[in-house]
Amino acid sequence: MKHLMIAAGILSATSAMAADTPQLTVYTYDSFVSDWGPGPKVEEAFEAQCDCDLNLVGVEDGAALLSRVRLEGANSDADVVLGLDTNLIAAAKETGLFAPSSVRAEYDLPIEWADDVFVPYDWGYFAFVHNADAPAPASFRDLADSEAKIIIQDPRSSTPGLGLLLWVKAAYGDDAPEIWAGLADNIVTVTKGWSEAYGLFLDGEADMVLSYTTSPAYHLIAEEDDSKAAAAFDEGHYMQVEVAAKLAGTDQPELSDQFLRFMVSDTFQQIIPTTNWMYPAVIPSTGLPDGFDALITPEKSLLFSADEAASVRDEALTEWLGALSQ
Amino acid sequence: MVGRAQPVSTWPGVGAAGLVAALILGTLAAVALRAETAGGFGPADWSALRFTSVQAVLSAVFSAALAIPVARALARRRFRGRRVLITLLGAPFILPVIVAILGLLQVFGRAGWISDVLGLVGLPPLRIYGLHGVVLAHVFFNLPLATRLILQAWQEIPAERFRLAAQLGCDGGTMFRLIELPMLRRILPGVLAVIFAICLTSFAVALTLGGGPRATTLELAIYQAFTYDFDLGRAALLSALQLALTVAAALAALRFSQRDGFGAGLDRAIRRWDGGAPVRDAFWIFAAAAFLFLPLAAVLISGLAGLFEMPIQVLRAALTSVLVACVSTVVFLTLALPMAFAVAAGRYGIVELSGILGLAASPLVIGTGLFILIHPVANPSTLALPVTALVNAVMALPFGLRILVPAAREVVTRHGRLALSLDMNKKTFFTLVLLPRMRPQIRFAAGLSAALSMGDLGVIALFADPQIATLPLQIYRLMGAYQMQAAAGAALLLLLLSMGAFWLLDRGGRHHAET
Repeated sequence: MKHLMIAAGILSATSAMAADTPQLTVYTYDSFVSDWGPGPKVEEAFEAQCDCDLNLVGVEDGAALLSRVRLEGANSDADVVLGLDTNLIAAAKETGLFAPSSVRAEYDLPIEWADDVFVPYDWGYFAFVHNADAPAPASFRDLADSEAKIIIQDPRSSTPGLGLLLWVKAAYGDDAPEIWAGLADNIVTVTKGWSEAYGLFLDGEADMVLSYTTSPAYHLIAEEDDSKAAAAFDEGHYMQVEVAAKLAGTDQPELSDQFLRFMVSDTFQQIIPTTNWMYPAVIPSTGLPDGFDALITPEKSLLFSADEAASVRDEALTEWLGALSQ
Repeated sequence: MVGRAQPVSTWPGVGAAGLVAALILGTLAAVALRAETAGGFGPADWSALRFTSVQAVLSAVFSAALAIPVARALARRRFRGRRVLITLLGAPFILPVIVAILGLLQVFGRAGWISDVLGLVGLPPLRIYGLHGVVLAHVFFNLPLATRLILQAWQEIPAERFRLAAQLGCDGGTMFRLIELPMLRRILPGVLAVIFAICLTSFAVALTLGGGPRATTLELAIYQAFTYDFDLGRAALLSALQLALTVAAALAALRFSQRDGFGAGLDRAIRRWDGGAPVRDAFWIFAAAAFLFLPLAAVLISGLAGLFEMPIQVLRAALTSVLVACVSTVVFLTLALPMAFAVAAGRYGIVELSGILGLAASPLVIGTGLFILIHPVANPSTLALPVTALVNAVMALPFGLRILVPAAREVVTRHGRLALSLDMNKKTFFTLVLLPRMRPQIRFAAGLSAALSMGDLGVIALFADPQIATLPLQIYRLMGAYQMQAAAGAALLLLLLSMGAFWLLDRGGRHHAET
């Protein structure tokens, strides 16, 4: 133990010695930094142009990421936080830890973006993914009336889970509890995170799983498998917009801005579709990869503003718990 | 017993126990002190407490009750492959949660093997989701542990008693009542308490197999308090509640577990003369093996395809995991051995209690607490591996002590007085008597600790650095990147490594195969 401590001490000392090149520390969620996520490519591309050392730190998921930043408070080691979504923006702003940036871009989002602190880098629609050869319901009411079995994620521990909660609330408002009551017998089970749910769906445990409209693109592009499809719902689909911002306490404000500008540039945006499996916030000059054109495009986009999301969240959770705990 | 001369020192054990208690309570205090608002319980927390307790009690009772006939059958029978079987029985215990869930549901799920068979004869699929599913999953995890602990106690019954009973013409039933039942009454309270405590911290398994928010446990509520609400006060309060439940269970176990009042034996190999009911024994061994091995077979089958196209990052992570397991095992032994000796020498209360705390400590709270403590003085991610090894060692302590304490107690009570009358000093007693006589238990405990450390996600996710990943973390990352097949391959690799480490240290369960 002691030796390891010493070894770790030496290691951190050697990395400190290389400190004449500026260091930019970016906190993000774990799947971003994984070897199969955008992280390695982003790091390589940014370091090629910034003359700096980009240090990506992965923290579980978006919600845990915000908790980490709040835990560290004003003394945070992070310069930039990448990976929050619109449902977390209100809570993030309330901390006062984030600073506005001047970065703007011509976003290809289905909605207007006007936030001076948080810069979007990708987005997607939540959707139920199913086997393409099976019939799919066309709305939540259809789904509730059908025999289809679904697996969803818990909104208390999972970002998509919370997305579904807000999706139903945005589409049905005060009728949301009734929708959930109707869905109760379709829900096979509720999982802690996306991975368990998707894994169970692939094992055949349910007919549909809550995921993204872009999920079939993974199977199509990476596995040349066109057997998965996302069901288009008449109510419209709730969006997830993923954002980044710089911290007010950063000691690298210019470099942070440079990173945020890089984030909405072609190089970064080209990496996103086939590593994060989401739509890029700004469609790169090379366009979207082949396979994305086969995806469904919802007629209607649903999204609560940051403040609305914060104010309906707890009520929607209570309704969800009430309907599914019967 | 305190106050009498003892052939072993108690202070290192008391010191180690103090360190463990400081780590667990200190991290909890760090979280509580960092809280901005004082936490309070809501109605949802009370129902989480109720569900958590009910499922933990049921899981403990079913695991222990089923383990008795299985352990008895294994203690009575000798057959080819028994040693391998006993080692493999430990496998479910060390699987990462997410892998175990997928394996279990491939057997018991709606589209699982059993439902397929039912479908062939026109029956509806199995309905696994619900309280019974939660208990089934927890029995899957804990039946092996209960079986091993009870089997060990069985092997420790002096052979002379069976010989005497056979000479007196006792049949199987009488032998059970006179020799084995008192042993069970001694060991069962501890086994029940340990499994109860393990199940208290269940989260993903309980939620998934429980079928939804009805199956909300305290650990989920802690997670929610941390990430969804960022209410550290409530997280600390819920975690303290978990600890209180565990301490209550441990105290009850200490109170109810009676000491062995019978004379000691001469350490002969056990031979049994009650050869009756071979069919019943075979049934229990076969049923337990089928129940535990079918989900493992599912893990094996889905992993095989991915095993040979393993990305290099997975192999690197495997190496890291082996390193963490080695360090963790050394730390574990450094803590566990002195603690076991101290308990054997009479200082049981406080040492045993702090040993069992590790069971109920929420990994999230320990990790976050350590993070709060480390962050002001060092970069937590450079300490990711040492911290993971340390926390894994502390998490393995409760199991290790269950294995080490009875043996240490036996050696000290049996040989302590003789050693003292020979004026043997503590060092000589330790090297000539204690260590050699406890070697099998030390190996078993070390093996379990290494395997647990290998398979546990631990706190690495809180401290992670993209360059450093352990194998369980890499499995989660692969799944998060849609690479389910590669993840299944990595899970199989993890299973093989864990079992390999266990086998190597435990030397194929030699002790349990033939004393």
